Amino acid sequence: MTLRLWHRQSLMTTQLAELPELHQMMRQTCRDYAQKELAPIAAQLDKDHKFPAKQVKELGAMGVMAVEVPESLGGAGMDYLAYCLAVEELSRGCASTGVIVSVNNSLYLGPILKFGTEEQKKQWITPFTTGERVGCFALSEPGNGSDAGAASTLAQQEGDEWVLSGTKAWITNCWDASATVVFATTDKSLKHKGISAFLVPMPHPGLSLGKKEDKLGIRASSTANIILEDCRIPLGNMLGERGMGFNIAMQTLDSGRLGIAAQALGIAQAALDCSADYAHKRTAFGAPIGKLQAIQFKLADMALAIESARLLTWRAAMLRDAKKPFTKEAAMAKLAASEAATFVSHQAIQVLGGMGYVTDMPAERHYRDARITEIYEGTSEIQRLVIANNILKEYQQ
Amino acid sequence: MHRSSEVKHVASYLNTRGCECFGQPCESHCPVLTDRTIHVQLKTFIKIRVKPDRTGVVTDGVKHSMNPFCEIAVEEAIKLKEKKLVKEVVAVSCGPQQVQETIRTALAMGADRGIHVEVSGKDYETLGPLQVSKIFAALAKKEQADLIILGKQAIDDDCNQTGQMIAALLDWPQGTFASEMTLEADKMKVVREVDGGLETIKIKLPAVVTADLRLNTPRYATLPNIMKAKKKKIANVKPADLGVDVCSRLEVLKVDEPPQRQAGVKVETVDDLVGKLKEAGRV
Repeated sequence: MTLRLWHRQSLMTTQLAELPELHQMMRQTCRDYAQKELAPIAAQLDKDHKFPAKQVKELGAMGVMAVEVPESLGGAGMDYLAYCLAVEELSRGCASTGVIVSVNNSLYLGPILKFGTEEQKKQWITPFTTGERVGCFALSEPGNGSDAGAASTLAQQEGDEWVLSGTKAWITNCWDASATVVFATTDKSLKHKGISAFLVPMPHPGLSLGKKEDKLGIRASSTANIILEDCRIPLGNMLGERGMGFNIAMQTLDSGRLGIAAQALGIAQAALDCSADYAHKRTAFGAPIGKLQAIQFKLADMALAIESARLLTWRAAMLRDAKKPFTKEAAMAKLAASEAATFVSHQAIQVLGGMGYVTDMPAERHYRDARITEIYEGTSEIQRLVIANNILKEYQQ
Repeated sequence: MHRSSEVKHVASYLNTRGCECFGQPCESHCPVLTDRTIHVQLKTFIKIRVKPDRTGVVTDGVKHSMNPFCEIAVEEAIKLKEKKLVKEVVAVSCGPQQVQETIRTALAMGADRGIHVEVSGKDYETLGPLQVSKIFAALAKKEQADLIILGKQAIDDDCNQTGQMIAALLDWPQGTFASEMTLEADKMKVVREVDGGLETIKIKLPAVVTADLRLNTPRYATLPNIMKAKKKKIANVKPADLGVDVCSRLEVLKVDEPPQRQAGVKVETVDDLVGKLKEAGRV
């Protein structure tokens, strides 16, 4: 089913887009990989809640686990647009693999690349470019998700060590990670200005993991609490300056948002692939259902939602690559793409009817995978606030 | 590992004719599939349409990609280079402008440079193994190649002739349907998959080898290699420059779709079956 659509799609998309040749080749490689290596196993990975270790290593060898990291540190040395294309194509095959790649690239390697010292980069980046190890990002807590400034995980200096204590929640990749960027406060009275970022290896004494969450979707990626109890790390493990943590988190999420937008696009595209194929094959009232306007209107709306979100995502990525401000555009992209994913996957089940409700077809998995994209890395509500704030600033009296 | 200074160039011919399965090995062409390909959803093929004038199939708007056996050939060439047994891998393809994309894919896999032999329009439609092998033989002499590796056959026409013809034109030894190739001094040991089993031969270089399915598993291009591929050169050549006439000696009389499968007939007893077979003149 997917074979025909993927190739026809690539023909259409290359006609529409003016992507540079390099990006087209890179997109095609990721598409080929996703089609041959991810799509066939995605359903089973989802059933087994199994981390795709072999595939992550293969993606590491291809350079996809560290797209933006310079070659000198072991990465692919490509730009953010290339990264977004990669995540979209991989997510089209398997949404869990997409988020694993995204978290490693944007949330773990991203802040270290931007704020780390040369020593920290060598130690914490290079081993995480090959797919042998993945990292994670610990910001959210049981008491605060959107309210990131209210972090209550503490970091106290004792001699030449930082001692971390507290609990982090909803940490993607944590059961499979070898390191994490943790946000903790050194002074609660300073509120968000008291938060700093720390690098902690995993496993590590004083760091333990909560039970793996039993999620609705993206089940092949692990999500759990990280519990810090008297977790001691050298002073040199602080990332950036003291008190910079909140800033680091916000900047990291700006970029991470695009990775999630790309993941949402991949899920939406896979759902559209599934629906359009079904529309050709399923006959009712004497003809393929694709002949019925009810279905045609759905497919049109689905394609429109995806293409609009895709262009927003590309634009935000290109702005970031040009080192221009991109916060508003990134929020728009993530909002549009995640809402497109939930809309398209919902309609995909509708197009497939009963078949959309059973595990024989991937539509139900896309529906389950899509839902989280409106929540993590900034809820849709937060995205709206970010956009509104930017708009109001632009129109400042 | 033996280092050979004699083996200078490995020229890898890429077939990029349009194929029914958009570059994927499909059940009707490759009845024996590797574990990897078996899992690919092969149930739906692209609907191939015969042209209204019945001279061929519709290729306009059909995405062309590297022939899977040629991908295996490129992979083998690059492996030889990685083992430092060859100095340079040159990827060659004959066809219109679009084949450059395929050559770039070979460059992204690790080939050093490419040669695009421009053949387009009517010439391309009638391009067949004889012309291609002449082009290739001429190139091999020009480039002073020591080894030519190509796919055993193209999955659109299934000719399985080009490799053999090149060897004949150059008067070089050939090792076809290779499932294993090992360089030993100036000889290539080739394990061939033949109907009776496996045949091992040793052929003296320069030689032609054609790749079969189990020779290797082609790599995915890595992102850094895709970036490097951009800087690699693709030379443009015309068949006339090589002194080759691409005029076809064959005329396609007609192309038809395979006959529609007829519904079967159920019978109750063995006697009925024999009776029906006799009626149909089958026994």
